[in-house]
Amino acid sequence: MNAQLVNEISIFVLAVFLGFEVISKVPTILHTPLMSGSNAIHGVILVGAMVIMSEATGPLQIGVAFVAVILATINMVGGYVVTDRMLEMFKSRNPRGGARS
Amino acid sequence: MHLAPYIVLLYLLAAVLFILGLHQLSSPKHARSGNLVAALGALIAVGTTIDLLHHSTLDLVLLVVAIVVGAPVGAVAARAVKMTAMPQMVATFNGVGGGAAALVAIVEFVRVPVHSSPSLVLSISVVFAVVIGAISFAGSAIAYTKLQELMRGTPITYPGQQPVNGAVAAAIVVVGVLVVVGTLSSPALWLLLLLALILGVAFVLPIGGADMPVVISLLNAFTGLAVAGDGFVVGNPVLIVGGTLVGASGTFLTKMMSDAMGRSLGNLLFGAFGKIQVSEAAGPGGARSVRSGSAEDIGTLLAYSQRVIIVPGYGLAVAQAQHVARELADVLEKRGVTVDYAIHPVAGRMPGHMNVLLAEANVPYEQLKDMEEINDAFKTADVALVVGANDVVNPAARNSPGSPIYGMPILNADEAHNIVFMKRSMRPGFAGIDNELLYDPKTIMLFGDAKDSLTKLVAAVKAA
Repeated sequence: MNAQLVNEISIFVLAVFLGFEVISKVPTILHTPLMSGSNAIHGVILVGAMVIMSEATGPLQIGVAFVAVILATINMVGGYVVTDRMLEMFKSRNPRGGARS
Repeated sequence: MHLAPYIVLLYLLAAVLFILGLHQLSSPKHARSGNLVAALGALIAVGTTIDLLHHSTLDLVLLVVAIVVGAPVGAVAARAVKMTAMPQMVATFNGVGGGAAALVAIVEFVRVPVHSSPSLVLSISVVFAVVIGAISFAGSAIAYTKLQELMRGTPITYPGQQPVNGAVAAAIVVVGVLVVVGTLSSPALWLLLLLALILGVAFVLPIGGADMPVVISLLNAFTGLAVAGDGFVVGNPVLIVGGTLVGASGTFLTKMMSDAMGRSLGNLLFGAFGKIQVSEAAGPGGARSVRSGSAEDIGTLLAYSQRVIIVPGYGLAVAQAQHVARELADVLEKRGVTVDYAIHPVAGRMPGHMNVLLAEANVPYEQLKDMEEINDAFKTADVALVVGANDVVNPAARNSPGSPIYGMPILNADEAHNIVFMKRSMRPGFAGIDNELLYDPKTIMLFGDAKDSLTKLVAAVKAA
C-alpha cells in the first residue's frame, strides 16, 4: 500500500464523519434545498471528467469522455442554479428582521 | 497521478468551501450564501484542474465545447423548471452526475494498457463507480418519469420480480468480481454498465410515487459515493472529499426521511412486493357514504370559525393553488380568524418541499408550523382544512396495525371539530390506501380541483 493510497483512505474516512456531522444540524424545512445543494456538490465529478478527457486516446475514449464532461457540467451548473432559486425564496420571507438594513 | 503541492492546497481550499457551504445550508439565514460558497469551491476545483491537463489542443477544444454545451443546458433547465417540478429536476441533475461518474471510471480503466495489469484498488474502485453510478442514472430516470407522471406512480410489480432482480444483482457481483481479479478484461465493463442500468430501472419500478423523495435522496447519496470512487480511480482528493461528503450526508438524510414516514428503509424499498394482499385486506371497500358540501356552506363555516388550520399536501402543489390558499388565509385573518399551516415532514414530494412552495406564495414564515408544534392545537381548531393531502392525516397510521403506513407520525386533523377535505375524487392517496377520515361524520368533502375550490371558498368567505 503506497503513501498516496493511505492518504486517500484517510481523507475518505474523515469525510464520512464530517458528512454525518454537517447534516445532523439541518432543520426539516431546509431538507429539500440541502438535498439539492449536496446534489450540486457531487457535480465536482466534472473535475474527474476533465482529467479523463485530457488523457483519453482514440475516438471511443474521447467520445465517452466528451459525454461525461457534458453530463457533469449539467449536474454542477444546474445543481447550484436550482438550489439558489429555491433559497432565493427563503430570503424574502425573513420577517422584517433586518433584510432592509 | 502525482499532484503538485499547490494543486493539493487549492483542492483543500475547495473542499473546505464545500464543507462550509453544507454547514451554512443548515440555517435559513445563511443557506443561500452557503450554496454560493459551495459553488465557489466548485469553481476553484475546476480552475485548478485546468492546470493538471495535458495540453493537447484537440482535447482542450473538445473540453471547452462540452462545457459550453452543458452549462447552458443545466442553467436554463434550472431556471425554467416550475417549483412543483423541483423533485424531478433534482432527480435529473443527480442522474446525469451518476452517469458521468460511471463513464469516467470506464474511460480510466479502458485507458490502462492491456499488458500492464491494473492495481487491485483501481479495479475495485472502477467496478464500484460504474455499478453505483449507473444504478443512480437509471434509477433517477425512472424516478423522473414517475414524478413527471409519464408513467404510473403506483408500484409496478410482476410475478417473479424479486428473483429476476436478484439474478441481475448476482450477475453484477459475478462480472464485477471477475473484472477485479482480472479474469475479464476491460470490455466487460460495458456489460457491467448495462447490467447496472437494468438493475437501476428494476429497483425503482416497484416503489410507489409517494416514496420517490426517499429514493431520490438515496440515489443522491449513491452518486456521491460513485464520485468518491472515481476519486480513487483518478487519484484526485477533491473528488474523494466532495463525493464522500454527499454520500455520508445523503445516507443520513435518507434515513431521516424514511423515519419521518415511520418506516424502515428496507420496508420502503422492498415493501411493494407484498403490497397487493395488504391493500385488499385493509380496504373495507363497498359503498360507504361520505358527506359532501358546497363551497358556500364551507365558506360560511370557515368565516365564523375562531381557528382554522390548513393542511396542505401535494394536491395543492399540482393545482398551483398555493397563492389562492394564501388569499383564503388573508381574507379569513381579516375577519379575525387565526390561520396556521400544518406542515407534515413529508408533505409534498420531498421533506421541506411544502415550505418552499408556500414561501413562493409569500406565506409568512411564522404561520408555517411543524407537526410537533401544531399537533396539540387541532383539538382547539374549529376547522382542519385538508387541501390535497391524504396519507399524512390518515388515522390508520395510528389505529390499524395491518396498514402499510402504520406507525407513521400523522397530523391529528381528526381531532378538529370539523374536517374539510378538498380532493379531486375519492381516489386513495399516493400510498394507495383508503382513508377512514373521509367517512368520519365530522368530515365534509369538497370535490374538485384544489385551485378552483379554493377560489370559490375565497368568494364564499367574502360573501359570508
